[in-house]
Amino acid sequence: MAKKKVDLIVRRAFLKGREVDVHIANGEIAEIRDTETEFDPGKAEVQDAYGLTMLPSMIDVHVHLREPGYEYKEDVQSGLRAAAWGGFGAVMCMANTKPVNDVATTTELMLEKAREHWPDGPRLYPIGALTKGLQGEELAPMAELAKAGCEAFSNDGVPVKNTDLFRRAMEYASDWGKPVIDHCEDPYMAVGSGANEGVVSDRLGLHGQPDVAEALQVARDILLAEYLDMHIHLAHVSCRRSADLIRFAKARGVKVTAETAPHYLILTEDYLEEPETQYSSFAKVNPPLRTEDDRQAMIEALEDGTIDILATDHAPHAEHEKEVEFDIAPCGISGLDTAFATTWALVQEGVLSEETFNRAWVTGPAEIFGFEYNRFNVGDPADFFLFDPEEEWVVGADTMHSKGKNTPLRGRTLKGRVKTHFLRGKKIV
Amino acid sequence: MKWLHKDLLDVTQLSKSEAMSLFDTAAHFQEINQRPVKKVPTLKGRSVVLFFAEPSTRTKVSFDVAAKRLSADSFSLSKSMSSLTKGETLKDTVLTLQAMSPDCIVMRHWSSGASRFIADRLDCAVINAGDGRHAHPTQALLDSFTMFQEWGDLAGKTVLILGDIKHSRVARSNVILLNKLGVKVRLCAPRTLLPHTVRSWPCEVYSDLSEAVKGVNAVMCLRLQLERQKDGLLPDLREYAQTYGLGQRHIDLADKDVRIMHPGPMNRGVEISSELADCAQSLVLDQVANGVSMRMALLFLYMTRKGMEEE
Ligand SMILES: [Zn+2]
Repeated sequence: MAKKKVDLIVRRAFLKGREVDVHIANGEIAEIRDTETEFDPGKAEVQDAYGLTMLPSMIDVHVHLREPGYEYKEDVQSGLRAAAWGGFGAVMCMANTKPVNDVATTTELMLEKAREHWPDGPRLYPIGALTKGLQGEELAPMAELAKAGCEAFSNDGVPVKNTDLFRRAMEYASDWGKPVIDHCEDPYMAVGSGANEGVVSDRLGLHGQPDVAEALQVARDILLAEYLDMHIHLAHVSCRRSADLIRFAKARGVKVTAETAPHYLILTEDYLEEPETQYSSFAKVNPPLRTEDDRQAMIEALEDGTIDILATDHAPHAEHEKEVEFDIAPCGISGLDTAFATTWALVQEGVLSEETFNRAWVTGPAEIFGFEYNRFNVGDPADFFLFDPEEEWVVGADTMHSKGKNTPLRGRTLKGRVKTHFLRGKKIV
Repeated sequence: MKWLHKDLLDVTQLSKSEAMSLFDTAAHFQEINQRPVKKVPTLKGRSVVLFFAEPSTRTKVSFDVAAKRLSADSFSLSKSMSSLTKGETLKDTVLTLQAMSPDCIVMRHWSSGASRFIADRLDCAVINAGDGRHAHPTQALLDSFTMFQEWGDLAGKTVLILGDIKHSRVARSNVILLNKLGVKVRLCAPRTLLPHTVRSWPCEVYSDLSEAVKGVNAVMCLRLQLERQKDGLLPDLREYAQTYGLGQRHIDLADKDVRIMHPGPMNRGVEISSELADCAQSLVLDQVANGVSMRMALLFLYMTRKGMEEE
């Protein structure tokens, strides 16, 4: 077999602990070899990566890109740009747009926006609504949505109250081979949330959402998945009770997968009480930031595989929407810009293993949702980014690419900055 | 005395000695309130904005009277008068207020943390006149001041707070301040009206009022919001009144000199029997009178702070 013509060589990158030259041909990994001293690139383009570390492009299965309807918070273009700079080569976007992504034309519009703005940019995989208008009353036309390009279904943000309807939605979605993602929250117990029900909310006088409101629905979903013998994916798990239930379910062989978000690994409800950040709406998120014990449980569950993957739950909001009373501020944290640096830091600190990191952001999401990914084997897609592990940067409006600057990490110094990103061998940023 | 705080957001900010010096200052103003001419020129030329985003006639009038007795100019901004009803954000309202350069803003707001929100954005003093379920520091101070006037030293006394603790900023601030002053605090309410983590609070918690009231030196009743039944927290008002309404039979179990307190306005026959509200041991009207003195003390200290720094 004739050797493919190499058209890009990444020189002197650190990959899995050694310095290598990566040869790319036709958008695929052609060869990885120890850095050569004698070097003739021929006609290939050369990307100098000295001092930079190379990782496969990450996949974020849970973002809110806000287009159509709320383009002032974020649009497909700005969201994908933040993704690319955040190390993500693919994102799955939730259906709570305006109009809701419950008809093919909305799905098509999202895909068209992505193509139009950035044909080679991060891949966009829309998630269709489970029920029309996210109302929880009638099934959404999932066959039509799947055909239009939806890769999963979810009522994220507005959990389906009616368990029987939720069962039918799971059944119907399964006909199209698309996973159902559930936002686990007992809708009666979780009214008026944004803060964890506990000592902090009791002292601050905030409405609290109990962790059991999440775990109740996790239990429901596990029982349904077992009964129907179907896969379900649980979004943004935040507490020990949920992790314990998922561990139990996996031991029984239930087809359940789960994600948690970086903020549940690094922050707790205490943020809301600290002198500098008391009542800060930047930390108002649903499910809420929980206790230190829950944070530890999330790390353990991710490390032992109970929680399969990470997802940002990127929820951008405009400045004026968050700069209001805590009670009326919208829930959500803008996560695409900070996810990589914060979770890579956990690897550096020895909190997470590098294998876990790779599963959480690359192999896990790809396998659960059926996407291709880069293992750095010959023939794999040349999807990777290069980052400077030593570069420090301060999280702020001027350093974030998302339109949403709403993050409790504002003002914090993070270490590790993406310098460039390639998809299919093409430089995208 | 040099007053170091810019704002009064909660009693957590105050030390015991600061609370005691507030009592001294309030006692001084109490004397003024008993004169035939109840006005001193202390704050002449200074201005206070009374910003009440949640209706409260009593607290607002109390601050207004306090300001006027110190000769300060007071301006009211109520929710219906301000642009809040036209969708203006709190931030914009605050910036508007700032532009009028008041010396102090007294704010009542329905959202916990709202006073902190405006204090972070204003140069002038902010006094929290109640924010959501969070804090009501001036009420707690006037309650303790009232007890202080009755008993002198508060250390070793036992006070029962009775009623809807869960939603009460009055209870939250009183628990903190009374603990600082050495008072043993008991709480009594149905479980549905207690915070989920109340066991971690520095209080004894009771569900049986007859047990809770035994030997206490004061009972502080809280106003019951009548919609708690609709929220699913109570079966009905009749059952609440029978089980948690303070009556003579409870008072007979308390210390013989027990005092009865209520932040008002009272639901007579619900959280307190009408007879007890008016009885000789009731301090309800003293609380109202002391509220003016305490608020004069607070306005004086917070509004002259800058002046003192300049000196
Ligand atoms: Zn969600």
